[in-house]
Amino acid sequence: MTYQEIHDKLSNTASWQQSYREIMLLGKQLPTLPDVLKTEQAKVTGCESNVWLHIELDEQQQNLLLVGDSDTRIVKGLLAIVLAMYSGKTPTEAKQIDAYQEFESLGLIKHLSPSRGNGIKAIVETIQKQIAQLT
Amino acid sequence: MSDIAQLRNDFPALDQHIEGNPLVYLDSGATSQKPQTVIDEINRFYAKNNANVHRGLHTLSEQATLNYEKVREKIANFLSVNATEIVWTSGATESINLVAAGLTQHLLQDDIILITALEHHANIVPWQQLAQRTNAKLEVIPVNAQGVIDTAQAINKIAQLQPKVFACSHASNTLGNIQEVEKLIAKAKEFGAVTLIDGAQAFLHLRPNLKALDCDFYVLSAHKALGPTGLGVLYGKYDLLNSLPVYQTGGEMIKQVSFEETTFRDAPAKFEPGTPNISAVLGFGAALDYLSTIDFATMHHYEQSLFKYLVKQLSQIEGIKLYGDLENNIGTVSFTYKSEHHYDFAMLLNSYGIAVRSGHHCTQPLMQTLNLNGTIRVSLAFYNNKTDIDRFIDALHNCIALIEG
Repeated sequence: MTYQEIHDKLSNTASWQQSYREIMLLGKQLPTLPDVLKTEQAKVTGCESNVWLHIELDEQQQNLLLVGDSDTRIVKGLLAIVLAMYSGKTPTEAKQIDAYQEFESLGLIKHLSPSRGNGIKAIVETIQKQIAQLT
Repeated sequence: MSDIAQLRNDFPALDQHIEGNPLVYLDSGATSQKPQTVIDEINRFYAKNNANVHRGLHTLSEQATLNYEKVREKIANFLSVNATEIVWTSGATESINLVAAGLTQHLLQDDIILITALEHHANIVPWQQLAQRTNAKLEVIPVNAQGVIDTAQAINKIAQLQPKVFACSHASNTLGNIQEVEKLIAKAKEFGAVTLIDGAQAFLHLRPNLKALDCDFYVLSAHKALGPTGLGVLYGKYDLLNSLPVYQTGGEMIKQVSFEETTFRDAPAKFEPGTPNISAVLGFGAALDYLSTIDFATMHHYEQSLFKYLVKQLSQIEGIKLYGDLENNIGTVSFTYKSEHHYDFAMLLNSYGIAVRSGHHCTQPLMQTLNLNGTIRVSLAFYNNKTDIDRFIDALHNCIALIEG
């Protein structure tokens, strides 16, 4: 699912229950990361639950490739949204993305307690830092 | 005597909505809510009586000192000990650290410090550090697969290891289990062990008589017992307490200071350097006054019947697994649902206005023993009622449907 599709879907939910249902469905669609990729190095620090993240650059296309996983349904769903935001973007395009702002516009931040919001922040900061290292 | 069901009206924070739903506060194990009288007392102090204690000769300072020291008497009476045996600290954590630091000279290489497998990190790490400083050994009384200590086995372990220090929680913060500390203390004392009981969770629910328990040290946090945050109690049998070296130094705790040397006052003053948390002490005094108006037997019976109802409701949900001792319990239950993550439940429950704790509850070794990455914890207090539990169970059913849907 593209980020635009996710955006449209989440913008039209009738209740918070439905938002969570959609988020958890998005998480379900995200492939499980094989255990060998769930390394300490790939762990995002600053999240309450476990989040693993790998970012690479497709040398030919100069596009970002992202994979990730989490052991909780909701965080995995939120991660799926973040990955959709960045996938296929060039590093220059990716640097322009204000993911936290996007979550605000999806109406999701208000459902997230500060510690959960910080989890999203931690994921986004990790992505931005790694993009800076790739370029 | 108060009517228990009416008491929740004394707690203003309980009367609010979260995400459009009435708040159901089931996280008293993390911190208790505060009655209006406690809030009023703190306000009154800052609005009318604010002054430092043990210093000025002026009226406000005299009053503040008098009121402050009265609370030391109150908590001492509550625990059936002497006021000189009560040290104000910043919390149960600091109380344990003070004792653990003070026992450094007391231990020799290979001496045994004995704790249990269900301790909070605050009752593990200070002892681990003490063991490292002194080359003593930290040993652990195990729990069974439910997370329960077998008292007979624990007594055998104490006899076998003959510890120099024995530290144990009165009640588990994660599981609510009440330990048979009286028996464990008695056994440990046969071998001359220094005994410390962590009463952070138990104090509010059990109101222990420390003379009867006969432990050397007992620690608690005011904020888990209707009082303000940032205040703790360390009880210590006077001679032993007074024999501990100073923990932090500064003003107020000294007899005489020169640039060459300093002599210290006797306990409890020697452990209370600097300006204390006066407003919290006064607020805690109001909390103790409030508690005194509630008949203990009535409160205990009420809390236990709520807990039994909660356990019964939870047990009826297929896929729920409960941990801990569900008979001898302060009113706290930890559970998991199938292989689902506790985090998802806590997050969804919050959207229904239900406040629970999720995670490892600062008891990672216990989680490892139970082979869990965390649980959902519901912890009750006397200001909860049956409606709270019904709302929680309804929300839990909805969460399960959302997660599995």
